[in-house]
Amino acid sequence: MLKPFDNRAWLLVLPVFALVAFNAIIPLMTVVNYSVQDVFDATHRTFVGADWYRAMLRNSRLHSALGRQFLFSALVLLIELPLGVGIALVMPRKGGWATSLTMVLVALPLLIPWNVIGTIWVVFLRPDIGLLGHFIDHTLGIHFDYPTVPMQAWISVVLMEAWHWTPLVALLAYAGLRAIPPAYYQAARIDGASGWAVFRYIELPKMRGVLTIAVLLRFMDSFLIYTEPFVLTGGGPGDSTTFLSIYLVKLAIGEFDVGSAGAFSVIYFLIVLALSYVFYQALQRVGTGEAK
Amino acid sequence: MNVRWRIAALVAYLVVLMLPIYWMLNMSLRDNYDIMSQLALAPLHPTLHNYAVILTDPAWYLGYVNSFAYVSMNTVITLVVALPAAYAFSRFRFVGDKHLFFWLLTNRMAPAAVFLLPVFELYSTLGLIDHYIAVALAHTLFNVPLAVWILEGFMSGVPREIDETAFIDGYSLPRFFLTVFIPLIRAGVGVTAFFCFMFSWVELLFARTLTITEAKPIAAVMTRTVSASGLDWGLLAAAGILTIVPGALVIYFVRNYIAKGFALGRV
Repeated sequence: MLKPFDNRAWLLVLPVFALVAFNAIIPLMTVVNYSVQDVFDATHRTFVGADWYRAMLRNSRLHSALGRQFLFSALVLLIELPLGVGIALVMPRKGGWATSLTMVLVALPLLIPWNVIGTIWVVFLRPDIGLLGHFIDHTLGIHFDYPTVPMQAWISVVLMEAWHWTPLVALLAYAGLRAIPPAYYQAARIDGASGWAVFRYIELPKMRGVLTIAVLLRFMDSFLIYTEPFVLTGGGPGDSTTFLSIYLVKLAIGEFDVGSAGAFSVIYFLIVLALSYVFYQALQRVGTGEAK
Repeated sequence: MNVRWRIAALVAYLVVLMLPIYWMLNMSLRDNYDIMSQLALAPLHPTLHNYAVILTDPAWYLGYVNSFAYVSMNTVITLVVALPAAYAFSRFRFVGDKHLFFWLLTNRMAPAAVFLLPVFELYSTLGLIDHYIAVALAHTLFNVPLAVWILEGFMSGVPREIDETAFIDGYSLPRFFLTVFIPLIRAGVGVTAFFCFMFSWVELLFARTLTITEAKPIAAVMTRTVSASGLDWGLLAAAGILTIVPGALVIYFVRNYIAKGFALGRV
């Protein structure tokens, strides 16, 4: 049955519209303003057209930050998705205290403030006082100093990200698994299906909807990541773990280069907008059950 | 055999998951000299000194008070505006509804870094910097879209016949909404409130930028301590542990809805 058409519904939406417009449209227009002007001080500014955009599009630091960002998001998906599905498969399916305890423990990292996530990993990875850092450096005898070795900084940030967000993939996949009716498993047992066949032909297709959401959420959120790597590595050593948001904040607040930062922001926002559209389409299909 | 292997894998994962948190807990129970002098798997001389410092020094504990203040304000504002909007999206079609719904989503996905400087200027112009309300309002940028999406998911699970019956019985829309409909979706309201609380609690970028001293969140108080020359790891760890406590306390009640909340009400 179709929902009734009634434009008076706008009255109910108006407060939300006003509030989000206040927070989103005014700042966005400020950014657009910056991106087409050269600002010297409060009174001296000249219109420069698309100059900042041209400069930013040729900026090699932006290119490398964008490259790092895509590499990071791809790594995150490659690690978190299979791992999360694997964890969901071994989580207890029936109710009871063990299930509750597992859910609570798995979800715990998701509720920790993001800078505390960074702090947790700083004290875990430091070679002098951190358990893992000390273990690698002293017990395994591999020189470990993540703040100065780019490769180790990368591994550390990816490890932290996987630790932080794999639980989300696991919980989503688990929600998908729990929704499979027991009759499917009974039928599979009667047919003598192997464990792999059950996974490949029953569980995986039934998880398609939730896994679509998991992929998109993880991609989007890892694309916007700022606080955790900032606390852990500060974007360094050098620029080696400077992702898009970290570079943008360096540019806007650190160097107060508002013209470049404005143009960068608009470009960044447009990428996110395009990705959001893909996300929206996928959500709509999951909502109507087509993807299930 | 198979079951035993599964349990072993699960337990191994949970141990790995808890290890970094345990390590911080371990540090929070030791003093700084003890931490720097040797690596110990468990506190040999456990002390609650670090927690005592935080809970008695206003510069520390006011950080928690500030965080709770703006997080609660944000949750209330978000729910008040999101409930009617979610009802509209769930029950009616109207001009531009799909575009509006999509636009809300883009704000949940918007990078905070893009909005940082202009949001700071906006709230400076309004003279709201360093007030709770500034952070509470700025966090509605991503919390209101989230709340509308989650609530819409819950509301669409309630059959529309209930609304129609109530209207035939002579209920007005506001009265029906407050006395019949909200009680029906109270689980959804609770879950939404939890997620608003949580996302406002874990966010730092806006909260730090929009505050100076009076409304500084605990997370920012911690950052300041890290950059100071005399670094007290025990104190830092204790402050970190205390920021985990609120989430850990309520997580049990929402455990079955966690996936739904993170997936914008779409699981």
